[in-house]
Amino acid sequence: MSVLVFVEGLNGEIKKSSLEAASYGSQVAQQLGTTATAVAIGEVHEEALARLGEQGISKVLYDADSRLNQFVADAYVKVIAKAAQQENAKVLVFSNSNIGAAVGAKLAVRLNGALATNVTSLPKTDGGQFVVTRGVFSGKAFADVNLAGDVKIIAVKKNAFEITQAAGNTAMVEKLSAELSDADFAAAPKETVMQDTEGGVLLQEAEIVVSGGRGLKGPENWHLVEDLAKALGAATACSKPVSDLDWRPHHEHVGQTGITVSPNLYIAIGISGAIQHLAGVNSSKVIVVINKDPEAPFFKAADYGIVGDAFEVVPKLIEAARALDK
Amino acid sequence: MKILVCISNVPDTTSKINFTADNKEFDKNGVQYVINPWDEYALTRAIELKEAKGGTVTVLNVGEADAEPNIRKALAIGADDAIRVNAKPVDAFFVAQQIAAVAKEGNYDMILMGKESIDYNGSQVHGMVGELLGIPSVVPAFKLDMLDDSTARLEREIEGGKEVVEVKLPFVASAQQPMSEPRIPNMRGIMTARTKPLAVKEPVGAEAKAEYVGYSKPEKKGGVKMIDPENAGELITLLRNEAKVL
Ligand SMILES: Cc1cc2nc3c(=O)[nH]c(=O)nc-3n(C[C@H](O)[C@H](O)[C@H](O)COP(=O)(O)OP(=O)(O)OC[C@H]3O[C@@H](n4cnc5c(N)ncnc54)[C@H](O)[C@@H]3O)c2cc1C
Ligand SMILES: Cc1cc2nc3c(=O)[nH]c(=O)nc-3n(C[C@H](O)[C@H](O)[C@H](O)COP(=O)(O)OP(=O)(O)OC[C@H]3O[C@@H](n4cnc5c(N)ncnc54)[C@H](O)[C@@H]3O)c2cc1C
Repeated sequence: MSVLVFVEGLNGEIKKSSLEAASYGSQVAQQLGTTATAVAIGEVHEEALARLGEQGISKVLYDADSRLNQFVADAYVKVIAKAAQQENAKVLVFSNSNIGAAVGAKLAVRLNGALATNVTSLPKTDGGQFVVTRGVFSGKAFADVNLAGDVKIIAVKKNAFEITQAAGNTAMVEKLSAELSDADFAAAPKETVMQDTEGGVLLQEAEIVVSGGRGLKGPENWHLVEDLAKALGAATACSKPVSDLDWRPHHEHVGQTGITVSPNLYIAIGISGAIQHLAGVNSSKVIVVINKDPEAPFFKAADYGIVGDAFEVVPKLIEAARALDK
Repeated sequence: MKILVCISNVPDTTSKINFTADNKEFDKNGVQYVINPWDEYALTRAIELKEAKGGTVTVLNVGEADAEPNIRKALAIGADDAIRVNAKPVDAFFVAQQIAAVAKEGNYDMILMGKESIDYNGSQVHGMVGELLGIPSVVPAFKLDMLDDSTARLEREIEGGKEVVEVKLPFVASAQQPMSEPRIPNMRGIMTARTKPLAVKEPVGAEAKAEYVGYSKPEKKGGVKMIDPENAGELITLLRNEAKVL
């Protein structure tokens, strides 16, 4: 029996959220007195895979089938199920990403497993139970869930777990082949279009997010958000009306009906802090609010606040951020 | 074309979330329920497709009788008929099995859902239903069009980009913005919704796998520290030295 962690690659490296999942998986393995194996798919450098030893992974099963460079749920499920069978895995760990959640749900059916997504704690395993805490009600609460049955599948919330580092440890990399057929690729994407992030930071993976609202008046003022983000190494985001007005693309919209983020630092500029916006950002570790209205509801959810005109305040922040030594 | 739209019945986005004194159950007192906001994108897109190409839109909820006002609302927005599977929806796997049973029996061409139910934030029912039925599940999609009578073209979000997928009917998809512009029911819709069929079905035998044993709320923030706008740069110093996030 072992713990199996699915890791996702990006530009040949392992995604930060997958390093978190690997760290989590190793800790679960330790708790259960077993070892953690990772399964990786598609374009990832073998050195990056071996380096998963630093997160406590002892073995990596790697399927290098180039058809897997694109996400195809059915094929991914087959590869992971094969790895799970080979390793006799009773606990499967994913990052709560679009891919992780989609694949986890299918595997729950295929392996007859119990699934918990959006998980924020290690399992409590006393008394034959397997209880994890997960975020519910859009960040307004947590629930403890007991996962019944033989196989447990966990998708861990992003940025909720530290990446553990045992420098120098390397994992053994083994080839895996799931003997995929054309039918497994029936729903393969015709086309994959990546956003032009210009060396910028991916919103879902970002440790710092700078976000703008309607208070910025128009898209022509977004250099304020972008320059501050650049100075801090942050990703940019926006409120819903901003993307509805096409000032910014939809994939930047955070909140109840947008993306949920939980960075270490969320800086909100000219956003009122409506409850639906907060739902997408309230698990950020530190929240900064810049708003000219002292009564803006966002201040109630903030750790630091500045009451002032964004057009005067933000340039000062950019200047101070640029002056920081890295 | 026969489209099945699955809706969950959830606390309004502005609800205060409270639990019973023993923290074992969600406290429904004073909570208004709405159609899960993501499901409205699926519902309106289904209605648009029906208006363009003909067919029917059936709404499905797995839930108890208290969900009926919102099922009627979906009928008022433009669905043709509705099914309620009369059961307490105790976990996603249970719900998925009920949806799969209804979908199989009704031979739907397309099963549309929301990206996520905003109460339990599982993002999993669609994947489970696709797997149970052995058909593709395209999640989360923000664009859905028919290329011809048997093929749909969807765009789905991936971290950092999008994918264009073409799938044969039948399939499952989950919806997110900006798939459609949710509609508000008009007077005529509300009147006709009263007489549209709403069938109540008993659940199929199915197991639940996740047992909810308790709840808690996030720790309260320690209060906000205000910084003088004249001295705004001070914020950056505090973020580095005090909050240690830079
Ligand atoms: C079902 C539902 C789902 C929703 N989902 C989301 C969601 O996912 N995400 C989301 O963001 N919203 C969502 N909303 C909308 C939400 O209710 C708010 O309307 C929205 O968040 C407001 O955006 P805003 O703060 O940018 O704009 P506003 O509310 O207009 O606020 C602008 C703020 O800027 C301040 N301001 C103005 N000028 C300046 C200046 N010069 N300097 C500094 N500050 C200034 C103002 O004081 C004000 O506080 C949803 C609503 C519903 C009903
Ligand atoms: C402890 C507990 C108490 C609950 N109490 C209630 C309650 O009082 N009233 C109530 O109505 N529900 C209740 N539910 C059910 C809940 O609203 C969800 O339907 C269910 O938990 C699935 O949640 P999820 O977050 O995994 O769904 P997700 O996987 O996030 O949902 C994705 C999509 O699946 C579809 N879907 C999800 N649930 C249903 C459903 N029930 N019917 C039809 N389509 C659906 C929707 O299209 C949704 O957008 C309860 C669930 C739990 C675990």
